[in-house]
Formats: sequence, C-alpha cells, structure tokens
Amino acid sequence: MATTETMTLNMGPQHPSTHGVLRLVLELDGEVIVKVTPHIGYLHRGIEKLSEHRTYHQILPLTDRLDYLAPMSNNLGYILAVEKLMDVQVPERAETIRIIMAELTRLQSHLVWIACHALDIGAMTVFIYAFRERETVMEIYELISGARMTSNFFRVGGLSQDVPDEFVKKVSDFIDVMPGYLDQYEGLLTTNPIWLKRTVGNGFISAEDAIDLGLTGPALRGSGVDWDLRRDNPYGGYEKYQFKVPVGEKCDTFDRYKVRLVEMREACKIIRQGLDKLKPGPVLADYPQVCYPPKENVYNSIEGLIHHFKIASEGFPAPEGEVYQGVEAPKGELGFYIVSDGGNKPQRFRIRPPSFVNLQSIEKMSLGTMIADLVAVIGTLDIVLGEIDR
Amino acid sequence: MAENNRAVLKLKEKFAASIIDVVEFRGEVTVTVKKDSIIDVLMFLKQSLQYNLLTDLTAVDYLGKKEDRFMMVYQLYSIPNKDCVRIKTPVSEADCRIPTATQVWRTANWLERETYDLFGITFDQHPDLRRILMTEDWVGHPLRKDYPLQGPDREPYKGRLS
Repeated sequence: MATTETMTLNMGPQHPSTHGVLRLVLELDGEVIVKVTPHIGYLHRGIEKLSEHRTYHQILPLTDRLDYLAPMSNNLGYILAVEKLMDVQVPERAETIRIIMAELTRLQSHLVWIACHALDIGAMTVFIYAFRERETVMEIYELISGARMTSNFFRVGGLSQDVPDEFVKKVSDFIDVMPGYLDQYEGLLTTNPIWLKRTVGNGFISAEDAIDLGLTGPALRGSGVDWDLRRDNPYGGYEKYQFKVPVGEKCDTFDRYKVRLVEMREACKIIRQGLDKLKPGPVLADYPQVCYPPKENVYNSIEGLIHHFKIASEGFPAPEGEVYQGVEAPKGELGFYIVSDGGNKPQRFRIRPPSFVNLQSIEKMSLGTMIADLVAVIGTLDIVLGEIDR
Repeated sequence: MAENNRAVLKLKEKFAASIIDVVEFRGEVTVTVKKDSIIDVLMFLKQSLQYNLLTDLTAVDYLGKKEDRFMMVYQLYSIPNKDCVRIKTPVSEADCRIPTATQVWRTANWLERETYDLFGITFDQHPDLRRILMTEDWVGHPLRKDYPLQGPDREPYKGRLS
C-alpha cells in the first residue's frame, strides 16, 4: 500500500514575498498547507527596553523605526499618549497638520501595500505606478521634516516647526490627482480575471474569528466589522472630520483590497478638509515645563537657550499613573501604554503593534490552501517586521 | 467617574471579594483583581459585558517598588459598546505563574508568549509556550528591570571618550 507523508519547507527569512525577515515553517501535503509556524524576532532591537532608559522627548525618534512605512502614524500615537499623560492641549494648527500628515502616511503605507501585494501576485505594473505616487508623499515628508522616512516631526505639545509655504500647494496638488491614480490601479486590478482568481475567496476569516484573534484595522473591516478608532473613539481632533468607514462583506482578500482602496479615497477627503481648516497660528503649546521653546527664542535669548537645554537633557517629570492611547494606524490599532513612576523616564513602555497581533491569524487564513495562496495572505495582512519585532 | 463605569459596577456586584483596587486616571479605568480569579473576571467581562476584543496583554516589572514584583495588564475593548477597561493582577516573583487567557481569547497566544519571553512569567495550560522574539537558547528575560540594558556580560556604555 502506498503511504504519503508531509513535507516540511522553510520559507524565509530571506524571501521577497515575506515582506522583510519573516520566517515561516510550512508543513505541506503536496502543495496544500497543513501547518504554518511563523518565526519572528529577526529584527528585534529592544525598543521597549531602550525607551525605559530615555526621556520622553528622546523616545520619539525610536517610534519612527517601528512601522517604517508609516512613521508619522507612529509619532502621532506616541505623542498623543504622552500628551494624555501630561494633560497638554495642542494648538489647532498643529492638530490639523498632524491629521493631514497622518492621512498622507496612510496613503503612503497603503501605496506600498498595493504595490507589494500586486507584485507578489504577479501584477508588476501596479508596483511601478504606486511607487511613483509614493515618491510625492516622500517629497512632502522631506519638505517639512528634512527626512524621507524617519520623519521625527511631531513634538509633545505640537510640531517641531511650522510647515513651509509651499506645503499647502504641494499637498493640494497631490490629492487632486490621487483619485485619478486610484482609478488607474482599479482599472488594472479590480476586474482583472487573474487578480480575481487569486484574491476572491482567498484568506477567508469570519468576523467572530477575526475579533477573537484580535485583528484590527482594514483586515478586521474586510470581515464586515464596522469599527474604526478614528470615528468611534476620536483622538487628536478627528471628531471634526467627516469620512466614511468602508466595510467588506465576504471576509476575503478581495474585500480587504476594496476596503483599503476606499480608505485611500477617504484619506484624500480628510486631507482636503484639513487643508480647508488650516489657519495661521502657533504650532507648539505654551507649556514650558514640558514643551521645547520656539526655535527663535533658542537662537536669540539666553533664557530660551537654557530652557531648550533643560528640556533636551533632563526632560520633564511625568505624574505617577498609566495611560494607553490607541490610534488607527494604516495597519490596525497601534497602541502605546506608558506606566510612569513620577520620573522623567517611563517605568514601562509598551507598544501594541498591529502587525504582530494581525500576523497571528495567518494560520487561520491559510490552512488548507495552496502554498501560492499563502503569499497572497501575507500580502493582504500588510505586515511590517519593524513593528512586529520592535 | 470610575464608580459609574459599567464594568466596575458589575464587577463590584459579582467579584466584590476579588477586587483589590479601582483607579481612574485621565479618563481610563483600571481594575486590579486577585490572581486566582483573573480568568473568571476576564471570562465574565467577555461573555456578559461584551468586552470582546483583547487589545493588549503585557506585564510591568516593579522591582523593588511593590511587594509583588510583576503586574499583568489586560487591555479590553468592547466593539459593540465602544469603550475600554484595563484589568490588572499582581504576580509575585516567588510564584511567577498565572493561568493562560488563551481559553478566553485566542489573541492571547502570542501576547503571552511575548510576556513569557521578555518577563519570564509562566502561563499555565498555554498551548504553545515558547520564546517568540529572542532565540530559543537565550538566557534571561530582557524586559526585567535587573537585566542590563547593554546585554549580559558587557560593560555599560559610558558615552563617547573623545
């Protein structure tokens, strides 16, 4: 009698479609997946441990390096957590610019997602197109912060500096053309028979399973759960904006694709509302115990220089207590949990990474499917290893 | 106020003997309960009060600051009611173990593995308790306060010499 046995196959950590250094140990029956065991930690830098040894201002650059495709969303989550802990009120202009940048970041992150996801499945043109648009967002990043990826632009109490004059025009021009580009991607994919064959029905996860496994963000909304932190627990001024929250029905990769595309269109609308609201004014709160002084004071007065020196070297003591702030990052709920013992450094600094929790459902989504469909599942989960391993 | 929080009201009714402390800070409610009733409390919150999403699970090391060294932290969220509550429970260093929450939410699986890896807290009846971020042969638990920042057997960084 013929006997069959399963085969164990190693995928990654150096593999182009694992989106970084993810390693999967697969057990295969022919081409069908029997078991998936993810191995992570190849990018572990100990950001939580490092943060316990730094002042609150010094932690900010580390957050850029979590989800490096969406640095400003990470900055926003962290800054809001510290502002909650210190009870800081932010000027309106700073709040508006933060939201514009957070939504641009969402566009940028989703552009990388659609580029890589389509490339993994075999549609190379989309990759080139999406990276072309991403370049514009990077230029806007560079314009305001000087860096293309690790922006480090927000500050506790506002922004590090005001945006230059050409910012409004550049963003405005970009979101004018962006919906047209989205139509282009949709023209390439939405009715493409190969795309449909690869995504419809792939990576199914029901709403109950998705909640039980802690999925958040577009991956959860693709399963038909109508929940978005920006709308349901507004933070950082989102309550002043009108936008739709797209929800999927069929719980598969195709619905998650549609959800993310609508999210990109909604992001353009939020940015437009933000640009309309943008009024001249201060960009940093007047709270000298916590915030940096404006740069012109630092350069022109000895008091300003001393103030800057004190905040930069010693930081500020935080009241004893604990806060958790979750934000709707492009990939799901990004949370920062800070426990303060009254000192100028956190007693415990915990990052709740959306990708880490979302990756857990890879087994549920891919069991019993072909190995090629696993690649589509990794793409649809939209993971970033910088955030998973921290 | 914390007293009017729906979770606090119900928990005080049902688990009055297990509640150690209720705190509100910056609008966030934290309930500290005894370790032996933690799973019952979590199960009750999930099934009766619709806290269906386990947002986060982690631990805090209070070395030298509190009687019980570790504090387990569970961040719960209710998607139907759109509110959250934080449940904490102390874990002592001498008895560094706690029942697993994977029986309540499957999310807890990896989150508990991470807590085990970085804090050394053992989760009883966990289906797959292995290290997750550090390598399997790693010695020590990096997020403990007595674990040096620069790693084991290395001189602490003293700044640039020049």
